Amino acid sequence: MKKFIGKRAVASAISLVGLVIMVFFLSRLTGDPADLYLPVDASHQAREQFREINGLNDPLMVQFGRYVADLAVLDFGNSIRQSRPAIDVVLAGFAWTLWLACVTMLLVTFAAIVIGSLAAFRVGGVFDRIATFFSLIGASAPDFWLAIVAIVVFAVNLRWLPTSGTGTIWHWVLPVSVLFVRPFGLILQVVRGSMIGVLSSAYVKTARAKGVRNRPIIFVHGLRNGMLPVITVIGDQAAGILNGAVVVETIFGFPGIGKLMIDSILQRDFNVVLAAIMVSALAIFLMNLLIDLAYALLDPRIRY
Amino acid sequence: MTQSSPLTGPARRKSGLATVLGLLWRDKFAFCAALFLLVVIGCALIGPLLLEDAATRQNLRGRNAPPFDMTRDWAFFFGADALGRPLLVRIIVAAQNTMLIAAGAVFFSALIGSSLGLAAGWLRGRMSQVILRLGDVIMSFPSLLLAVIVLYMLDPSVFNIIIVLAITRIPVYLRTARAEVLEVRERMFVQAAKVMGASDLRIVFRHILPVVLPTLLTIATLDFAFVMLAESSLSFLGIGIQPPEITWGLMVSQGRPYLTNAWWLSFWPGLAIILTTLSLNLLSNWMRIALDPVQRWRLEMGGRKND
Repeated sequence: MKKFIGKRAVASAISLVGLVIMVFFLSRLTGDPADLYLPVDASHQAREQFREINGLNDPLMVQFGRYVADLAVLDFGNSIRQSRPAIDVVLAGFAWTLWLACVTMLLVTFAAIVIGSLAAFRVGGVFDRIATFFSLIGASAPDFWLAIVAIVVFAVNLRWLPTSGTGTIWHWVLPVSVLFVRPFGLILQVVRGSMIGVLSSAYVKTARAKGVRNRPIIFVHGLRNGMLPVITVIGDQAAGILNGAVVVETIFGFPGIGKLMIDSILQRDFNVVLAAIMVSALAIFLMNLLIDLAYALLDPRIRY
Repeated sequence: MTQSSPLTGPARRKSGLATVLGLLWRDKFAFCAALFLLVVIGCALIGPLLLEDAATRQNLRGRNAPPFDMTRDWAFFFGADALGRPLLVRIIVAAQNTMLIAAGAVFFSALIGSSLGLAAGWLRGRMSQVILRLGDVIMSFPSLLLAVIVLYMLDPSVFNIIIVLAITRIPVYLRTARAEVLEVRERMFVQAAKVMGASDLRIVFRHILPVVLPTLLTIATLDFAFVMLAESSLSFLGIGIQPPEITWGLMVSQGRPYLTNAWWLSFWPGLAIILTTLSLNLLSNWMRIALDPVQRWRLEMGGRKND
């Protein structure tokens, strides 16, 4: 087990290092922050001073060396835009996204598993057809379009919910519902497919023969085996949201890590971009680990 | 008597196309989906040739003209955009870029990913490890972020977007192809071919590829929908295709400022996206059954799929 985690950590660390190096140099090629943050008529001297303060004056290799040296003592540099430590900015955004991802994925997992299992119980029945149809539509819907339509209907016309921002619990309803749709459609289909296979297997027939009721058959006998492929998809979808639900966060003005990343890229706040990448990479690594543990928990045959 | 009875199924000779069409007809959803996709492809191929002019002609007096106005030209049935250009025509013309990007990205990622996967599955050893790690590295990248950075630096042309999207989708095909090859290579017919002295290339392309291809095709269809959505998101964020080029995602984003008084600007292109991806999903579902000899009976039997 320890060896497995160690191997995983090394592999992830290698790709993270590659990613950080790439982003470090690529992002600095996108342009000079001095052009963006200083007024158009700023003097040459002011520009030089700005670059000096933010450490952008040295050759790229020197900058990179300094960045790595700072990283070694967990200093991620300062955000140009907010002039406070980049890691603080990123962690604040990440906390928002983490909440958003947790709430959404809990709802999605619960709904998809219950509805998917029930649909698989009577394949081809009315409930199955309705569930399949709606899950297909859900899996096909572009989230930015859903977000826009939801704002027009529920915020602008009906005035039930706020259009964007945070503050009350009502602000969470629209982002969560929009993020809910696609993972729900995808996971529902996987649950259904996997449960169809499980429910027609021999041990389920045995359980039925000895008189077990329908509900325990689906949710106790079937689900435990049917969950294995489902967990993989849940992990993929959760990773997608953790990586920044960029579009949804942007539209709803949600101060999460996705919006932070895209704003920082567009505003050339390099340190924030790099810190955000590292934080979300770490989060995804931990989540993948959790998923592997869940595998082993559900299926004792799996050993690491 | 040369006429064979309808019971001896295999004796009836049908062309491949007729069989496929027959199977398609059995699944009405998939049939409608295929028809809709044909229409979209038709729009993408000939739309811009016929309607390029009409799609860019501005008419400031008809700004944000509402939809379903029968008194005007058919082109304005879905209303007009902020510069008075007919939405219906613009959607038809935008189909070309949208389809071109998705098709290009799927084609390249499927081609490269499957070749690498076939190689990794057949060769095993060091080479296979290198290829697999490469896939892992791509997988661990946040793909949207990668796209944002690359497109922000390079010029966001159709070609660059295709390349970026293609790279991020390579691992999907790579892993599937490899997993399938690992299983197929142990089967008897591959062993037989090997014993009879067939070369590696011949075995991979003549014996293994045909078995793996249906799975890859199904995935490619599903992925087409995914890539379309990804491209739309990029365009929506303003880092994809730039005006005056248009795609459906860009149209949704262009309509966003007018949401409160002209919902149709964003609604129709979004509906086009959703219908196309839905069709692709339906078709992929059908393909999964139709191309699988073990499950094909479900379609041939018709009727309820009880098991």
